[in-house]
Amino acid sequence: MLSYIIRRILYAIPIIIGVNVLTALLFFYVNKPDDMARKILGEKNVTPAAIENWKRDHGYNLPSFVNTEEEGVKRVTETIFFQKSVPLLWFDFGRSDRNNIDIGREIKTRMWPSLAISLPMFTAGLVINLFLAMMLAYYRATYIDIWGVVLAVVLMSVSTLFYIIGGQYILGKILRLFPISGYDTGLHAAKFLVLPVIIGIIASIGVGVRFYRTVFLEEINKDHIRTARAKGLTEGRVLFKHALKNAMIPVLTNVVVSIPFLFYGSLIMETFFAIPGLGNFTIDAIQSQDFAIVRSMVYLGSILYIIGLILTDISYTLVDPRVRFE
Amino acid sequence: MPVILATDLIVYFLAAAIVYFAFSVMGEGIAARAWAGIRTNRLALVCMAVLFVYFSIALLDSVRYRDRVFDDSGRHALTEKGEAIYSPQALSLLDRALSDLRTNTEKSYSAPFARYLFTKESVELPNGEAVRDYPAMKHPGAHWLGTDKVGNDVLFSAIKGVRTAIVIGAGTTLIMVPFAIFFGVIAGYYGGLIDDIVQYIYTTLASIPGVLLIVAFMLLFGTSGYQGGLISQSQISLSFFVLNERLFWLALILGITSWTDLCRLIRGETLKLRELEYVQASRAFGVSKPGIIARHIVPNVMHLVLITFVLQFSGLVLAEAILSYIGIGVGPQMGSWGNMINTARLELSRDPIVWWNLFAAFVFMFSLVLPANIFGDAVRDALDPRLRTGKGWH
Repeated sequence: MLSYIIRRILYAIPIIIGVNVLTALLFFYVNKPDDMARKILGEKNVTPAAIENWKRDHGYNLPSFVNTEEEGVKRVTETIFFQKSVPLLWFDFGRSDRNNIDIGREIKTRMWPSLAISLPMFTAGLVINLFLAMMLAYYRATYIDIWGVVLAVVLMSVSTLFYIIGGQYILGKILRLFPISGYDTGLHAAKFLVLPVIIGIIASIGVGVRFYRTVFLEEINKDHIRTARAKGLTEGRVLFKHALKNAMIPVLTNVVVSIPFLFYGSLIMETFFAIPGLGNFTIDAIQSQDFAIVRSMVYLGSILYIIGLILTDISYTLVDPRVRFE
Repeated sequence: MPVILATDLIVYFLAAAIVYFAFSVMGEGIAARAWAGIRTNRLALVCMAVLFVYFSIALLDSVRYRDRVFDDSGRHALTEKGEAIYSPQALSLLDRALSDLRTNTEKSYSAPFARYLFTKESVELPNGEAVRDYPAMKHPGAHWLGTDKVGNDVLFSAIKGVRTAIVIGAGTTLIMVPFAIFFGVIAGYYGGLIDDIVQYIYTTLASIPGVLLIVAFMLLFGTSGYQGGLISQSQISLSFFVLNERLFWLALILGITSWTDLCRLIRGETLKLRELEYVQASRAFGVSKPGIIARHIVPNVMHLVLITFVLQFSGLVLAEAILSYIGIGVGPQMGSWGNMINTARLELSRDPIVWWNLFAAFVFMFSLVLPANIFGDAVRDALDPRLRTGKGWH
């Protein structure tokens, strides 16, 4: 087991390096520091001296990948890539381009509001989706199932934007059940979180229920389920014990895809509800064209995804003993 | 004088592909197999008809030309060298067909079918007195879905969003398909180092969260191109092409982030096909590897391409709205439902609320995405029912 985990982590290293090099290529080579400086300082009335000053202050006055003016190791270390991108490997995010804020510290404080909204949204959503999907599978090929699927397809054809705007309008403005947007520290945050969590769950039902239903239906037609029924178990017990257990692999695979979103929340959710999390941070950075922050978030998102993949592979071996460590 | 945008080429190519499929329904290829499954499914046929209407609108909106400019005396204006002068506005056939909707603008907001504007202004009565009242509209009752803040017809804006949605929904997949087929097939067929490299590339790309990769690319590339509206002479190359276009970049970038799933599927299928008897037989007969790939492998992975094409469509249309909302989608002068939703957001906090912008975007989007979902399912069931579980499989 341990050797499997170590091998899995070793396998992730080239991918992490690949992501790092790719982001560096995009942000330093394709997008020249001069352009960056010009965008930050304003397009008009920028003197070459001002650009040089800005680049020196923010550490962009070095060559991108190879420094031909230096000798030995410094040829590699005295470059933008080594100074700006390599430290990401040990989670040193540096400072932002525009306001010179410490990105690492910002991520540490903003991570909690993001988790506070996405963790309940995700877990409650998963439980509700699995439950509804199992209901449809239980009543398969009846009118409940058929209309349930129709409803799911209809729900998944509506853009998340409409769920958010509609939910804010109906639940927040007309019924006045919850504050429309905002955030507070500590437990006071709860009343601001209810509305986005409800809307997030409703928005996920269409895709989720339909997907998990097919997973269950596939499982239901297998031999071991027939055996369980032949033993005389009730249909409910067959579904909730035997089918659910064996459907865990596709369910887990689907869960991992969402792991990065647990941290930086849903980008649009956080802006609509003014929650000061990582998603909001990213959107602000996009709109003010702060490339240092965008680069950090791209990298952080990838790392979380890769960690998620490793965790799934490990959890496969836990839920399904047939999956070997080779 | 015709003008062809980069994305117009995509729409023309799509039109050609649709004609090709329509003709090959009679044969024995995947088009015939898909048709056999859809033909008896009445709901899928209705959805196909709806999609066809949407596509026709997009096609009409993709054929455009610039008019000649008239001088004061009403004749065609000429430059000093005697060359014709063309207007910087390239109107499409759709713009010309709906020129009433396009040009009948009001001063500001008006509700659907309204005869008076939405907000009170000081109106001058015939006797010179000024009162605060709802001013009469220039075109009473002409705006079926009302007008927006600057008085443009909302129905027309919504119709203009169709082309953007079709280009993103279908064009994106069209752009990425050649890459996915090429890399998937060579990885699966040749194996070894090539397989390792291809797998490494798509795993690395897939580990970067899609939205963020799109954001990064759009911030870097998407800002310089043509964003709709007037066309300046410097944007035109080869006398009628506009190749640097923001919408094209968006489709390309969405393609880069979405080809990995298809590539993985094709690689897996190729691994299976490689070992089948007829492929081994042609290998024994001495057919070259590229020959086998072209004749036996590629035609047999095409069903995966078609399924991916129809299944990705609706997701991409929804993604476009969200990207435009964040501000990295198409420009404000390009018709887009995402942009309409974006402006509608503030209109809901007005009192009384302005709901028709949001309503129009909702109706147009929903009546494209729902048929696309149903039609996509039908095509998938017809071609490969095993793929039912869809996303998330490795």
